[in-house]
Amino acid sequence: MTYPSIESLHSALYAGETTCAKLVEASLVRAEEKSDLNIFIELFPETARAQALAVDQKIQSQTAGPLAGVIVALKDNLCFKGHGVSASSNMLRDFESQFTATVVQKLIDADAIILGRTGCDEFAMGSSNETSAYGPVKNPLDPSLTPGGSSGGSASAVAAGICHAALGSDTGGSIRQPAAFTGTYGVKPTYGRVSRHGVIAYASSFDQVGPFAKCLDDLAKITEVISGADAYDTTCSDRAVPSMALAQADRPFSFAYYKEVLDNPALDPEIRDYFFAQVQKLEAAGHRVEAMDFPYLDALVPIYYILTTAEASSNLARYDGVHVGHRSENASDLESLYKKSRSEGFGEEVQRRILLGTFVLSAGYFDAFYGKAQKARRVVRDATLEALQQVDALIGPTTPHTAFPLGQEYTDPTVLYLEDIFTVQAPIAGIPAVSIPAGPHSNGLPFGIQIMAGPFDEPKLFQAAHILDRL
Amino acid sequence: MSEAVVTAYEAVIGLEVHVQMNTRSKAYSSDGYDYGAAPNSQVSPITLGHPGTLPKANSAVVRNAVRLGLACGCQIREYNAYARKNYFYPDLPKGYQITQDETPICTGGGVWISSETMAPKMIGLTRIHMEEDTGKSIHDLDPFHTLLDLNRAGVPLLEIVSEPDFRSGEEAYLYLQEIRKLVRYLDISDGNMEEGSLRCDVNISIRPVGREKFGTKIEVKNLNSFRNVQRAIDYEYERQCAVLNSGGQLFQETRTFDATKGSTTAMRSKEDANDYRYFIEPDLAPVRVTESFKASIAASMPPLPQALVKRYQEELGLSRYDAQLLTESKETALYYEALLATGCPAKSGANWLMGPVQAWLNERALDWNQWAMPAASLAKLIHLVESNTVSFSAAAQQLFPLLIAAPDSDPKALAETHGLLQESDEDALLAHVDAALAAFPDKVEEYKAGKKGLMGLFMGEVMKRSRGAADPKVTSRLIQQRLES
Repeated sequence: MTYPSIESLHSALYAGETTCAKLVEASLVRAEEKSDLNIFIELFPETARAQALAVDQKIQSQTAGPLAGVIVALKDNLCFKGHGVSASSNMLRDFESQFTATVVQKLIDADAIILGRTGCDEFAMGSSNETSAYGPVKNPLDPSLTPGGSSGGSASAVAAGICHAALGSDTGGSIRQPAAFTGTYGVKPTYGRVSRHGVIAYASSFDQVGPFAKCLDDLAKITEVISGADAYDTTCSDRAVPSMALAQADRPFSFAYYKEVLDNPALDPEIRDYFFAQVQKLEAAGHRVEAMDFPYLDALVPIYYILTTAEASSNLARYDGVHVGHRSENASDLESLYKKSRSEGFGEEVQRRILLGTFVLSAGYFDAFYGKAQKARRVVRDATLEALQQVDALIGPTTPHTAFPLGQEYTDPTVLYLEDIFTVQAPIAGIPAVSIPAGPHSNGLPFGIQIMAGPFDEPKLFQAAHILDRL
Repeated sequence: MSEAVVTAYEAVIGLEVHVQMNTRSKAYSSDGYDYGAAPNSQVSPITLGHPGTLPKANSAVVRNAVRLGLACGCQIREYNAYARKNYFYPDLPKGYQITQDETPICTGGGVWISSETMAPKMIGLTRIHMEEDTGKSIHDLDPFHTLLDLNRAGVPLLEIVSEPDFRSGEEAYLYLQEIRKLVRYLDISDGNMEEGSLRCDVNISIRPVGREKFGTKIEVKNLNSFRNVQRAIDYEYERQCAVLNSGGQLFQETRTFDATKGSTTAMRSKEDANDYRYFIEPDLAPVRVTESFKASIAASMPPLPQALVKRYQEELGLSRYDAQLLTESKETALYYEALLATGCPAKSGANWLMGPVQAWLNERALDWNQWAMPAASLAKLIHLVESNTVSFSAAAQQLFPLLIAAPDSDPKALAETHGLLQESDEDALLAHVDAALAAFPDKVEEYKAGKKGLMGLFMGEVMKRSRGAADPKVTSRLIQQRLES
């Protein structure tokens, strides 16, 4: 993919130097070349070709939308009518959606072209892409490494140059961590900014769809397109969508980082040094950066896992072998149908989280776990919003380290849960967060800088990110 | 068992009533719901709980809940969160039911019940909350499989939970009648228990009369008519008394009512009860019921049966019985209101509705909503009788059917055309009287000899000769004058 931005792509398309039809063919060839990375579960060549022809005509007649010709991959948890969608689970291996997710429809309405669906952790539960029933996606920068999770396939589709952009979903870092691991840009918008209609649920009060892109400008454009009210999602805000187009900040910004994050023993020292070098550059450029205390860091991962698994245990109850999804052929009665269908259809990590979630909601344990985590979530949210009253944006490393090798053995699954330590704050608080590429590390790999802003303030989020991106 | 032993206990009963709303679309999707539609014909991906679907809020549900709440004098909650009730069952496509747990939309309030033999009593309400219905599992159509019909899944319900204020099956029966009346007046539901749009579960315990502490609560399900609710309560009361009287012990359990046998049998014990793992429904934004929304609903409330009964008795001087009958259905009450609005006298209007009109409908097995005569026409007919222009019998037996056949015609013109105007002119009547007496000279003699019963014969003859138009009061006076002169 030779176009570094939508802007450059549009120059070429409108100058007649290329066509959407040619772009789609190039993407399909590129996807084929990169097939050993296991990025796509399915390509939609016919759909993409048909869309390309239609958009080419619109370009000729100057009626094409803001994402004309932008080739986009979908995470395998976004519904697209008449196309398969499986959440990378055996439970939904043969499932085809009867409707199109609002975000996908908005892309299509803006004349983007849908290339296919990408592998992810099963039901978006994982940080390394290894819980996928289709096997992990491999990091395009080094196939022995994870591309991150859960939206690792979408991040890799962009990083491998197969498409211009991709949609992922972020529940606890599932866009930002893979963006950091693959050297791409990824954003989790404010909770309620983007419709969840047609997004296969993991944890409803956390899930939010967002794009991956090769530059911040594209990221903002796509975010603006997919944002906005939706009658099919009452949790989606009906606030007007502001322009998210990048503009030069016309004033010095104030930033803060959390001491506890930068002092965290899990943080790679090289990333820490890089971060502080960036802080110095910010200050040199006239911005203010302060260190803040955040005493709740160690509580974030437990809060996140209690609440998300609780919601997941209920959201995934519908896959019971009776209605949608895998039905066991070895069942003898209703109870064994439930048990066998679910045991056969769900992978180990999904089962673990369903059990955890069922436990924390159970009578006798509810108050000690779910109830307490709800209260703690409010405390974290209040503290986060208070911090964002004082500064424009919170900054820090997206992840404690660079992409790690695939195929590691974990005797303790919670080791992997700690991967999310820097990314879960934003969805717990419901605020937007973006990861921009940083590095390279001396190991040659990229990592990410995360920027968080106040709820529904994506314009400021992108402006702050823009400042960091141009240092 | 002996009467003395049984009356040592009193029953403490609470009811949980589910009202299925008649909204055009379901609670959380645009699907319609028609009872009896082809199975699984009203099921969109939302109803089926397909991956990626979210509940889509139907504002009519909240409006209906507020209407019922206001009608029952409940407090209406401003901030309404929804909850999930989690359990696995084939007719529950999502694996959870969307309901309300800790924040029901209505709390408090009550429903008044009364009867001919019972002083008015208020049954307190604990709460009313919104939830969604399940589909139906059909076990008796296929010998090898359970079939599923998910049309009903997602249809909005209101669950009305009463305080344990009932002491007898009869009180429960009266309460259900009152609830049905209310939901029909409010146009929330058709309240039809046979079609399942009204459902009722009973909680019943017994305790020695005079004791405050509740006994062991037993829940009874599978009640498909008001009478069966009453029967189940009466049966349970006797059964529980018998258990205690024989030194036995009651355990908290759910029992099912067998309408054929008129008895209950154990279904499951408390130990088998589900842990529903209620938690806040994260897919639905909480709904705010503002003061102005409440006020707009309050302003659009229809007249309610109990207020009407009170007004009919106190202001119109109707008997309790008449007032009850007239308010039995919203259609009757609204028709009566329309009659009153024409200036029709209250008592005769009531008599006509409960008399000739009701009889006509009964004979044809019709409902009040099939009664098509404009109230103004009936009012004119009643006026003809009130002004002695047409006799009541001519009006009821002849003019009334003629008017039904031609409801838009003028009753007086119709009476003239068919010669039904009452003749009360004495000279004209005297001619008929004289002719009638002259036709039966021997009977006149017999009458004079004391056979007073012959009066009817003479009356009939005059009526015949006047073709029914003779004013009976005047006629009878004239006949007597002639015979006794």
